[in-house]
Amino acid sequence: MLYTSMILAQEEEPSPVVPHLSEVILGLVAFLILLWLLKKYAAPRFEKLYEERTSKIEGGMERAEKAQAEAEQALEQYKAQLAEARTEAAKIRDDARLEAEQIKEELRAEAQEEARRIVAQGEAQLQAQRAQITTELRGELGRNAIELASRIVGESLEDEARRRGTVDRFLAELDASGNGAGARK
Amino acid sequence: MGALVPAQGGEFSPPGVGDFFLPPIFLGVTKPMLLVALSVVIIAAFFLVTSRNMKLVPSRWQFAAESVYDFGRNNIAREQIGSKDFRPYVPLILALFTFILVNNIFGIIPIIQFPTMAHIGFPLALSVLVVYPVYHFVGIRRHGFGGYMKNQLFPAGVPKPIYLLLTPIEFFQKFFMNPITLAIRVFAAMFAGHLILLVFTLGGEFLLVEAGGALKALSAVSFAFAILLTFVEALIQVIQAYVFAVLSAGYIGMALASDH
Repeated sequence: MLYTSMILAQEEEPSPVVPHLSEVILGLVAFLILLWLLKKYAAPRFEKLYEERTSKIEGGMERAEKAQAEAEQALEQYKAQLAEARTEAAKIRDDARLEAEQIKEELRAEAQEEARRIVAQGEAQLQAQRAQITTELRGELGRNAIELASRIVGESLEDEARRRGTVDRFLAELDASGNGAGARK
Repeated sequence: MGALVPAQGGEFSPPGVGDFFLPPIFLGVTKPMLLVALSVVIIAAFFLVTSRNMKLVPSRWQFAAESVYDFGRNNIAREQIGSKDFRPYVPLILALFTFILVNNIFGIIPIIQFPTMAHIGFPLALSVLVVYPVYHFVGIRRHGFGGYMKNQLFPAGVPKPIYLLLTPIEFFQKFFMNPITLAIRVFAAMFAGHLILLVFTLGGEFLLVEAGGALKALSAVSFAFAILLTFVEALIQVIQAYVFAVLSAGYIGMALASDH
């Protein structure tokens, strides 16, 4: 049917496979105008956009890499500083311990010295008190003994020379026996 | 088809070549001529307006234009010509693709409804007067006349005696068949597709108006087919535009390639 209609058409109409010159020319001109417009205006704009986009992405990546490198460097620096601080702290701690040790030693020595001093003073004081007491007791004892003896004997031993000689002798004897008893004890 | 023509009423005259050559609208200007001019305006406006103020982050229209440009640039030109040489040919391939696409799509746009490429003059102008000279020219410019002929007619890696047979075939193909088939492919597809749509539409109309009784109902089937085939036609129109652009780019790529 198509075939017959084409045959029929061929008799009255131009064949569909024979180009019309006007259409060839028009088609060519129209296409060349379009091609010129696209080549001159559209394509460069698109290509420029693509380049911009590419450079923007690449620039972004470069920036990111740089930032990362910087961050890594900063981290290294911090780590180094931290290590330094740690050693310093350890050193300070050691020093402090040493110093404390020294101070303790000094204090102990001082305290011992003080203790020794206090003891010595106490001893000296005791010695002095003993001597004083001994002297006082000696006087008292002499007086009491004489009073007792005068009461018992009934006679006055007012005589100075005799009294002293007798009492002193008695006391020396007492001392010797007391000391002998203390050493024996 | 004859069975569909009912006995009563007027005679059904099937659509034919005559429907492709309507009388001029005014002063010898025909519908396809107007459509070609319109297509140039549409495509140029589309690309120039959307690319006037381009942003790195595209707007909706810019994105649409970029998608079409990308398709022509990366999927057709770069694939076929190779990433080293394709840049200068991007506008040509893009223009071929969009020009044929829009003119084909005219076939299913209401009121316009005529695929310009169904007139063989237009595809012939593109293939014989644009693509054909371009690919030979760039080939000769790249390899010199002798080198280009040797590349094209004496493919490497073939036993010597075979050239007796191969060279005439290659010559015939490269210098006669390629441009002709390129044009005829899109022309034939558009011509046949439009004719089929006409047959179903006009047949349905005739059945509805002229046929009697039960046959009137058959017009619905005819219209349904016309609608269905319109979708098929849309697919074919896009594919034909794509094929034309791909083959053109392929010819350019082959002409530029140092080895066959």
